[in-house]
This record gives sequence, structure tokens and C-alpha cells, in this order.
Amino acid sequence: MSVTDPSSQGLRAWLLTDTPTSRRHAKLAAIYQAWLSFKGNHMAMFGLGILLFLVVIAAFAPILAPQDPFIQDLGERLLPPGSEGYILGSDSLGRDILSRLLYGSRITLYIVTLVAIIAPLAGLFVGTVAGYVGGWADVVLMRITDIFLAFPRLVLALAFVAALGAGIENAVLAISLTAWPPYARIARAETLTIRGSDYIHAIRLQGAGPMRIITKHIWPLCISSLVVRVTLDMAGIILAAAGLGFLGLGAQPPSPEWGAMISEGRKFILDHWWVATMPGLAIFTVSLAFNLLGDGLRDVLDPKEGKS
Amino acid sequence: MTNLLDVENLWVKFPTRNGVFDAVRGVSFSLGQERLGIVGESGSGKSMTGRAILRLIRSPGMVTADRMDLEGVDLLSRTEKQMRDVRGKQISMIMQDPKFSLNPVMRVGKQISEAYRLHNKVSKAEAKRKSLEMLEAVAIRDPERVYEMFPHEVSGGMGQRIMIAMMLIPDPKIMIADEPTSALDVSVQTQVLEIMDKLVKDRGMGLIFISHDLNLVSAFCDRVLIMYAGRVVETLAADKLHEAQHPYTQGLLNSLPRLDAPIDRLQVLQRDPAWSEAPSVNT
Amino acid sequence: MSEILIENLNVWFGEHEERVDAVKGANLAVPKGGSFGLVGESGSGKSTILRAMMGLAPTWSGKIEVMGQPVGHERSRDFYRKVQMVFQDPYASLHPRHSVDQVLSETLSLHGFKDIDTRISKLLDDVGLGPAFRFRYPHQLSGGQRQRVAIARALASEPEILLLDEPTSALDVSVQAEILNLLTDLRAEHGLTYLMVSHNLAVVGHICSDIAVMQLGEIVETLGVEDMRAMRTEHPYTKHLLESSLLGLERS
Repeated sequence: MSVTDPSSQGLRAWLLTDTPTSRRHAKLAAIYQAWLSFKGNHMAMFGLGILLFLVVIAAFAPILAPQDPFIQDLGERLLPPGSEGYILGSDSLGRDILSRLLYGSRITLYIVTLVAIIAPLAGLFVGTVAGYVGGWADVVLMRITDIFLAFPRLVLALAFVAALGAGIENAVLAISLTAWPPYARIARAETLTIRGSDYIHAIRLQGAGPMRIITKHIWPLCISSLVVRVTLDMAGIILAAAGLGFLGLGAQPPSPEWGAMISEGRKFILDHWWVATMPGLAIFTVSLAFNLLGDGLRDVLDPKEGKS
Repeated sequence: MTNLLDVENLWVKFPTRNGVFDAVRGVSFSLGQERLGIVGESGSGKSMTGRAILRLIRSPGMVTADRMDLEGVDLLSRTEKQMRDVRGKQISMIMQDPKFSLNPVMRVGKQISEAYRLHNKVSKAEAKRKSLEMLEAVAIRDPERVYEMFPHEVSGGMGQRIMIAMMLIPDPKIMIADEPTSALDVSVQTQVLEIMDKLVKDRGMGLIFISHDLNLVSAFCDRVLIMYAGRVVETLAADKLHEAQHPYTQGLLNSLPRLDAPIDRLQVLQRDPAWSEAPSVNT
Repeated sequence: MSEILIENLNVWFGEHEERVDAVKGANLAVPKGGSFGLVGESGSGKSTILRAMMGLAPTWSGKIEVMGQPVGHERSRDFYRKVQMVFQDPYASLHPRHSVDQVLSETLSLHGFKDIDTRISKLLDDVGLGPAFRFRYPHQLSGGQRQRVAIARALASEPEILLLDEPTSALDVSVQAEILNLLTDLRAEHGLTYLMVSHNLAVVGHICSDIAVMQLGEIVETLGVEDMRAMRTEHPYTKHLLESSLLGLERS
């Protein structure tokens, strides 16, 4: 940002102002200032960078991949990294590992996005209603939460496979159903604290009903802790999906899901380490990125709000 | 006789997104064996001044001064390790709410003994004896019983007296009290102030009493500094408060509602920007 | 006929052995347009009476009548339109994520008003904030400004009665004077009835014409402000409170 450029100075000042002049202005200014706080955290920016990179390669996989991820070439099987045309090596069926990783990023992104939307939203709804309404609704909802919390993820996935057949959607379902309870607990704890605040009393004293209070007053305050928790959970979710793929319960062959790739590479790990290690590194990198992002978001969103 | 504390041209600055914010701007004063009151509203810099003396302001806050001496020995250049020796042992601080300054999971007696043993190598039994003695000195009638209590079991006034015991047990030379009675009921305030007064006098200590309550400070202290926007705007002997010259002090006094002087509309302080421009008054 | 009438009010928390009586047998009456103060130290039950009136106290018995209508355990929309409350802590009474505009428009639409824009401008003017404050968030406001917003919110429904819970205790002295003047002006302009709680006798003496002194849940004395000023009190606790308050007045 150049100090001598008058137009950028004007826009920056407009966004940093203390006296917004319209609803839109106030919202944009708030977002900009939050972004500035976030930008200052280098680790978080690094994490964000990696994730943006993931999105880009998922989007442009067909253009970026040097080879088709599905075509087998048994004459070129188990080539080491650095071989001609196979930068990261080839697997046991002669498929290029790099191309499979690139296409596999789409699957990873798909799983992560679905779970990241379903689990926290379900948890938010259950937790805030339980926390605000209290009484028997609280008891019933929290016991349901406890039941889901007790389900071992893999057993549930096995049950789904037995009932519905193996596949990526069922894996996502299994993961979401076991991932939402902690969010319900967080949302409920936050709601219990917020419920006693004067500003909630004040809006009740204007005649507001519970639905309005929950959606417009409580949800905005719970969102930040849920967002932080989701990003920190991402690593676990990716690993869970990889684990299911490893067991053959998630994405089915020849799908280039990273966990399934590790499973296929297991047999060759001693002499042809790259077949399992390359997808493992990919999983590690993305998990690390989410952790860093989550840490940074926590620093930004976890308020030390209070007296000015 | 050297003063207990000499402060000259103290500045406390905080870098923010919009530039540097000056919380304290060129404050100077000396403290002898007396009770000095620092009065100001929120944002005046009074609490920051207290914390700066104890070097409690962490980066990115910056503290500079031409001089900040404890009995003639410089405070500013001391290392953190040396400051730990000063804090509690030579200068101690009492804060507003004992709910937040006492450890909630430790019995109060243990906290006092711990404070003592931090600065004196004595046995646990000896520390306990000293603590009980101190609890009696702050007019707690049943020290043995209170020794075993947890902070949430004592009332506000008693909690604050326990804090005073804890802060005075290492026998410091100076006590800084930051709004010590603001969280207390009016009738309890008197009692706590009387105890503080007696102990400070008996031990020949210096007291810095920070508050927003001008009347309280003037009744309790010997001298008063009035702060506004990081500067000292006036300094007075406490019993000469009604002879205040500066319009800010007069405005503060006149804007208070008075039981004995009913008025239809309270006088509202008109802030003059010149007050924050003028340099700090020295004492 | 009293605007506010309370007879034999008891408020308690918990049951049986764990029961704590916050208010015991309270009686008070406030005429229309009047201004009544409740004073006492912490734990005296003064704020609890206000909360019981607003329906924020769980268990109570006795009679509460507002503008001649008895008040039960539920509150109607109409009640909330006529009776509003200003809370003590300006740092806690505004939603941290809602701008001033959102707070006021939500309140106005909950009460069924249509001309929201004009009303918001007028409310902000009435409380001495200009249009510049309309889109700010609470963290961009000072304590005094936040309290003005809280008062604007209370006035949005055009109430008849304002319950004030220590409205200036968390504010600086100079800001307190502004808010007290604002409250005096608003009461004159809109013909409001005030029931105010405070631990500060000077503040109560400035705003209120009649005062009830509370100790440990009971009203020990009710007196007029002139009697209080002249120290013509009957109960020893009242005298004790007055003496403690007068400590620290400038020596002359």
C-alpha cells in the first residue's frame, strides 16, 4: 500500500473509520478491520495460503495433471520419483502419482467442505436450542448428543457400508454424524453464558420471542468459536476420511482418494516407499495448513472484547 | 532525606493501527512518607502511571522517563529479575476487586504465607504465624478461621482486607492502591480505608491512592494530583480542594450531585482542548 | 391512583432449605409522573424488585400493579410497550455485534412501528447523540454514549414508566452529570414515571422525590427527599447510610 497514492489512502481511511455512514459501510469496515488483524498473524496466512493452493489445484486438476489418473500402464509400474514423465513416481498399476494426487485433492476438498458445513450447523442448532430453552428440551437434546458422541466412527461407517454400500457420500455421512456432538456442546456452553447477559434481557423486554433471540442474537456470538473449532478439527476429519479410504469403506477404486492410495501403497512400502508416502505427505500438509489457519482464526476471533 | 519515589517526565505509549497512543504524557511527581492521591476519570492515565512504576506494562507498550527512582536507585534500567525483588517487597499494589486478585482455588491463608515466603526464607510454621498476625492487624477478628477460607467464602470488604494483609506482610516501603474501595459498599469503604491509613502511618510507608472519586481521595490523602488525558493538570493539598484553580478540577467538583446542595440541573464539564495540550504540572 | 403499586412483594430463589429470600414484604407506591428511588447496599434486594416487575425474577408472591392493571407471572406485549428498563452496565447491555441502528430498528419493529428511519433519527437526537453515531458498533462508543443508546432503546416504544437500575454507577463523574441531566429533561418532556435503583444517595437525592431504604431484602424506611437531606430519619440504618455517604465531602 503506497502512502503517496491518494485513492488507496482514501479507501483505507474509509474502511478504518470510526464513524460509518450506512449499514453497508459499517459491515465492510468491520470485515476489513478483522482482515487486518488476521493478516498480521504470519502462521495463519501461511495456512490460508496452502489452503488456497489446494482449492486452485483442485479446480485446475485436469489442466495441471500431466497424465490421466486412471489409465493403467503395467510396463511403467513402480517407477521411482524423478522418472521421465512420472515426477513423483508411479504406483503398482503404472498410474502417475502426481496426477492422482491432483485429482484426489478434489475428493479431499469435497469431503472436508461437506463435513465442515453439516457438522457445525447441526451442532449449532441443537446446542443453542438446548442451551436457551433449557428444561426437558435441554435434557433430551443433550442425551441425543451423548448417544451420537458414543458412536465409534469406524463402526458407524461399517454399518453404513453394510446397509447402503460403500462410497464417498456414505463416508461423509458417517463422519458428519460422529463429528457434530462437540459443536453442540460448545454452542450450548456459549449459549448458557450469553443467555444471562443484559443485552439478551433487554431484547426479551422488548417482546422478542425465543426464535428471534436464538437466530439473531445468540448465533452471531457462537459462530466464532465454532469456526475456530472446525478448522482445528479439519485435520482430524481428513485423517478420518483417509482412514475410511484406507479400510476400503470410503472412496472405492480406482478413485484417487489419498487414504485409499496409502492403502494400496502399503504392500510396497519397503522397496517402493513413494507409493504410500506421497499421498501421506499431501494429507500431512493439508492438515497442518488447517491447524495453522485455525490457530490464526482463534487469535483474531477469540475476543478480548470487553471494555474499550 | 531522599524521597521514597521520584518520577520525572514519565511517558507511556502504545502503538496502535492508527498511530501511537500516549496513555501517560510527561508526568512528574515525588512521593515521601505521605499519602498521595491520583485522581482522574477513565482514560486519564492514572492506572497506567501506577503500573508503569512497577514496570508491569508489557510490550508493545513503551515506558520512558527522565528519572524513575526508588529511594534514589533507578527503577527503569532494572532487569525483570531485579524487578521481581522490588515488586511486593519494596513496592506492592492493591487492586480493585479481591474477587479477581485472589487465587480462587487456594485458601487465603496459604496465599498470604506464600507471599511472605517469596521474600523471606522462613519455615511454613513461621510464615503461618506471621500471616495470622497480619490478619489480626487488618482487624479480622477470627484469624484462625479465616486463614482456612477460600476467597469466594469471604465478603468484599474482608477480601480487600486480606489483600492488604497479603500486600503488607513483606513490609514494603510503598503501597500503590488502584481503586481499592470502588467495588465495596459505602459503609465497608470507611472501615477498609481506616485500616489502610493506620497501617501506612504505623510503618512509615508511602501510599499512592489512585481513584476516580475526588472527594474520597481528598478526605483520605495528604496531597492530590489531578490527571486528565495523560497529564497532571493540578496538584493540591487535600484540605485545600475547594481552592482548586484549574477549570477541570473545578468542573469535576461542581458536576457532582450533592445531598446538601440540591440543584435542578447539574453543571456539565465543558472540556477545553487546551487542557490536554498544556504541559504536565510538576510537584 | 398510583402508576406503580407494589404490595407485600416477596421474591425468593431456590426451594426449601436452599431458599434465599431476596425481597421480603416490600410495599411502595409511585404516582404518575413521579420519581421514586430505591437505595441500599449490595444484597439489599433493590435491583431484584425491578427485575420482579419486569418478569425477570423466577419466583415471587404479592401484588404488583402497573397503571391500575395487576401484573401476573407473564408479561404482555402491551406491558413491554409501556414499561421499559435501563440496565446498569453500559458495557453489557448492548449486543456486541449489533450496530446502534440495528438495535433501534429491531426494537422499533418489534413494537410495530412503521416509520423506523424517522424515529431512529429522532431518538438519537432526543438522547443527545447525532446521526454520526447511527451505524457504530458498541466497541466504537464510550460508556456514556452506550448508556445514551440504552436510554434511546428504552424510549423507542414510547413508554410511560422507566425502570432505571443504577444507570450511572459505571460512568465517570463528568459523564454521570450529563446522563442525569438527560434523564431529568426526558422525564419533563415525556411525562415519564421513574423508579430508580442506586447505592449512591446523592444521585438518588438529585433525581427522586421519594426514597425507600432497603436492608437485607426489607424496606426499612420510606421518606421524602427533603427529609433525607435534613437527616430527619427514623430508622438507624438510614442514618448510618447517610453518614457514610457524607464522609469525604470536601473539608471546608
